[in-house]
Amino acid sequence: MRKLPVFLGLHASPSTSLKWVLAVIPFILLIMVYLVASDIRHRSNPSDKLLPTVSKMYTAINKAAFEENARTGQYQLWNDTASSLKRIGIGLGAAAICGLFCGLNLGLLPGIKNLFLPFTTFISIIPPLAILPIMFILFGVDELAKIVLIFIGTFPLITRDIYLTVKKIPREQIIKSLTLGASPFSVTYLIILPQIMPRLIDTVRISMGPAWLFLIASEAIAATSGLGYRIFLVRRYLAMDTIIPYVLWIVFIGITVDWGLRKIVQTKYRWYLEY
Amino acid sequence: MIEKLREKSILFLHDVYKQYGDKVVLDDIDLAVAPGEIVTVVGPSGCGKTTLLRMILGQEFPTSGQMLINGNPVGLADSTRGIVYQKYSLFPHLNVLDNVLTGPKLSLPFFERGRHKQQLTDEAMYYLRKVNLAEHSNKFPHELSGGMRQRVAIAQSLIMKPKIILMDEPFGALDPGTRENMQVFLLELWEEFKMTFFFVTHDLEEAVFLGTRILVLSQYYTDDRGNGAGIPRGAKIVCDHALPKEAQSTSVKATQKFAELIQRIRKAGFDPEYQQHAKDFDLSHSDSFRTLREDQYTGN
Repeated sequence: MRKLPVFLGLHASPSTSLKWVLAVIPFILLIMVYLVASDIRHRSNPSDKLLPTVSKMYTAINKAAFEENARTGQYQLWNDTASSLKRIGIGLGAAAICGLFCGLNLGLLPGIKNLFLPFTTFISIIPPLAILPIMFILFGVDELAKIVLIFIGTFPLITRDIYLTVKKIPREQIIKSLTLGASPFSVTYLIILPQIMPRLIDTVRISMGPAWLFLIASEAIAATSGLGYRIFLVRRYLAMDTIIPYVLWIVFIGITVDWGLRKIVQTKYRWYLEY
Repeated sequence: MIEKLREKSILFLHDVYKQYGDKVVLDDIDLAVAPGEIVTVVGPSGCGKTTLLRMILGQEFPTSGQMLINGNPVGLADSTRGIVYQKYSLFPHLNVLDNVLTGPKLSLPFFERGRHKQQLTDEAMYYLRKVNLAEHSNKFPHELSGGMRQRVAIAQSLIMKPKIILMDEPFGALDPGTRENMQVFLLELWEEFKMTFFFVTHDLEEAVFLGTRILVLSQYYTDDRGNGAGIPRGAKIVCDHALPKEAQSTSVKATQKFAELIQRIRKAGFDPEYQQHAKDFDLSHSDSFRTLREDQYTGN
């Protein structure tokens, strides 16, 4: 029998262990390049700030995470994380719930669709960052403006995605429900809604990227805490030893949330993956 | 005569037309169906058999004419009619038992649904046993074969006890063996429950084997309106007669008589060259009736 290539070509079929090795290679390369570059810079200037050594980053993050801030009495990293997660949670959560109901009604009710779909399209094309100043003017520089920005940035996308998902549900399903004695309300909320829940979770996963973008942008401009705020604050002192761990921390949170949402779909909505 | 038919029929269509723009799809359909019949509907593709089924279902509406179910005008889809489609009949997010339970649950007021749960479950399991799926009640539709899915869909409709069960090519996507099993299975169910079926298929053999009455819809006919291109003519029932229903086994399909019947129907409905005149249609079924308009058929 012809042997399939391990790595190269259209028919490559790497073994399980090789898959792991392949996945890790780019990370190792990145780390090595960084370490070498950092070492070179430190040789000529031991107090280099651009590419801090691992030990410097460790000291900085240790201080941020486990030492009380002398002035505020808070643990800076956890405080920043809590602020950011609260904003993104409320903003994206509200967008998910509103997007679900709007998309559902747009998809099922032709009248509502004709009334609101063009408007939704219009809203979805506005670059949210372009109206960030309006947010600050309208809602002040406190939490509300940031939450609204995240909401406006993700809500139209989720709505349109749910709308398209509902559109794709065969008409037969609706007629069938009616022949089973369902009221229009039951069709919408007991038959169609449960069918689009897994898609909503997927859409939220995809919207996490934009949500972080809007969060950090709004925190950068006006805030007193938050991961984005901190990164932009310490930038003034070229504190790469704080910025890099913070970015890694954001990536870690993102991956964890994404993994959690994916697990929910895998365990609760098995049919969705097979369908 | 027509009044009497109107009263005793479970499904009654009178002078029904369906037009899409200028195109006439169904042209003056008259039909009365008695309870307990298996009406099979065949016809060339595009003749409007699915349109007719959808109108009875309440998914589409006639351009003109009267349609009654059990004496009441046909409205939007509701629980007086059951439907089994070729696919998409099942709710993908519910397991087999919940799919069958959907109807009885939704028919109850919201707050009573929990209270009758056990009773409803027992009833659903009864129907699942009838369709030989009791041991699969926890599976999801994606875990079932095509034939099993269609049996769930039938149970889903049966439990609602509709006046009439509409079927739109329900076995069309099944392999030949499964298809034949499903035909026998459907006849067994019918023997037991004697419900009324309106069964649309493109398979003549299936139609003749299953039906107690066959309707052939066709646009290949002529009448006194002439044959000019400008005459808006749609499909009519060109053939409507009872089918022999002896002890049914699939071996009947191999008989000479069965083959001849199919040949005759194929000629009447499916041959574009064979332009039967409206006055010569074989409408020999005892419930068959026709109210002719003068321009179509002057009677001479």
